[in-house]
Amino acid sequence: MKAELFDALMAYREAKTPVAMVTRLEGGEQALVTKDVAEGSLGLSDALVTEARTRMRDDRSGISTDGSHFIHVHNPSLRMIIVGAVHISQLLAPMAALAGYAVTIVDPRASFATEERFPGVELSDDWPDEALEALQPDSRTAIVTLTHDPKLDDPALQVALRSEAFYIACLGSKRTHARRLDRLREEGFNDKDFARLHGPAGLDIGAVSPAEIAISVLAEMTAVKHGAEPLKAAA
Amino acid sequence: MNKYDPRQQDDILGRIAEWRRDGRRIAVATVIKTWGSSPRPVGSQLAIDDSGAMIGSVSGGCIEGAVVREAMQSIQDGQPRMLDFGVSDEQAWEVGLACGGEVKVYVERIEGQ
Repeated sequence: MKAELFDALMAYREAKTPVAMVTRLEGGEQALVTKDVAEGSLGLSDALVTEARTRMRDDRSGISTDGSHFIHVHNPSLRMIIVGAVHISQLLAPMAALAGYAVTIVDPRASFATEERFPGVELSDDWPDEALEALQPDSRTAIVTLTHDPKLDDPALQVALRSEAFYIACLGSKRTHARRLDRLREEGFNDKDFARLHGPAGLDIGAVSPAEIAISVLAEMTAVKHGAEPLKAAA
Repeated sequence: MNKYDPRQQDDILGRIAEWRRDGRRIAVATVIKTWGSSPRPVGSQLAIDDSGAMIGSVSGGCIEGAVVREAMQSIQDGQPRMLDFGVSDEQAWEVGLACGGEVKVYVERIEGQ
């Protein structure tokens, strides 16, 4: 890989711009393709550029249909937005980071969302709906509400349900969740929306401690991401 | 110093960038195709420096040794390489995949700064 191309790849990555590296398997010439441009020593056909962009959208690296190029998709990290800077979040944030998620924690309560409790984690003290609107969740974003407090969870969920977030989950008992759905129904949401809402959050693995609950949430999120059969409600 | 951060073990490109800043000579191996039950998906990478240090993986550990040898060659001569591994391979007894899968791995040198 040419030095300029490696530097360009790192710059796109830094800017969180989706990019694909296209390599000709005979000879090894390369080019970078983004949504807007193609650059590098390898000349690309329109078909190849189009295929690279389709693969970026699908997040799917692979050998091109012409059989002679490798298209390596480098998409920005998956994101996880956690509403509630609570004890479980202190375990869930580093675990999600290990699993490759860029984590943001949202909590307007100043004594909760502190650097001391969440070293190195991106924190937002905005009101949850404003914070989520600013973060613009997309189809590569997971959103988990952990506060149990309708004042904080509900506004976040309203934004979440209007987004394309691939996983939306809320901590709380079945009763709490039923009341939550009633409130959301009054706000105009319906069963189709609720089908996207995972509540109580997490797989049923008998989790008790904050770390175990974090594992169950991360496991459910992983299953949803890969379209695996949910293991829920085994009882 | 050098505190173990598991997150870094997954950031191959980030680590390559660090190695380049240190003036190390580097090659990277990338899984470009898989058949059957291969342990690492297409796009997985293993970076190797000229001292043999490595980060990432292209299998569950079955073929990394062979890939590192080829990567060292690539660092020397600058030529990219295409490597095929599988149970049907003649090398199967030596470096085949115990899982029964097959992988195609592309190895290239990364130019220094």
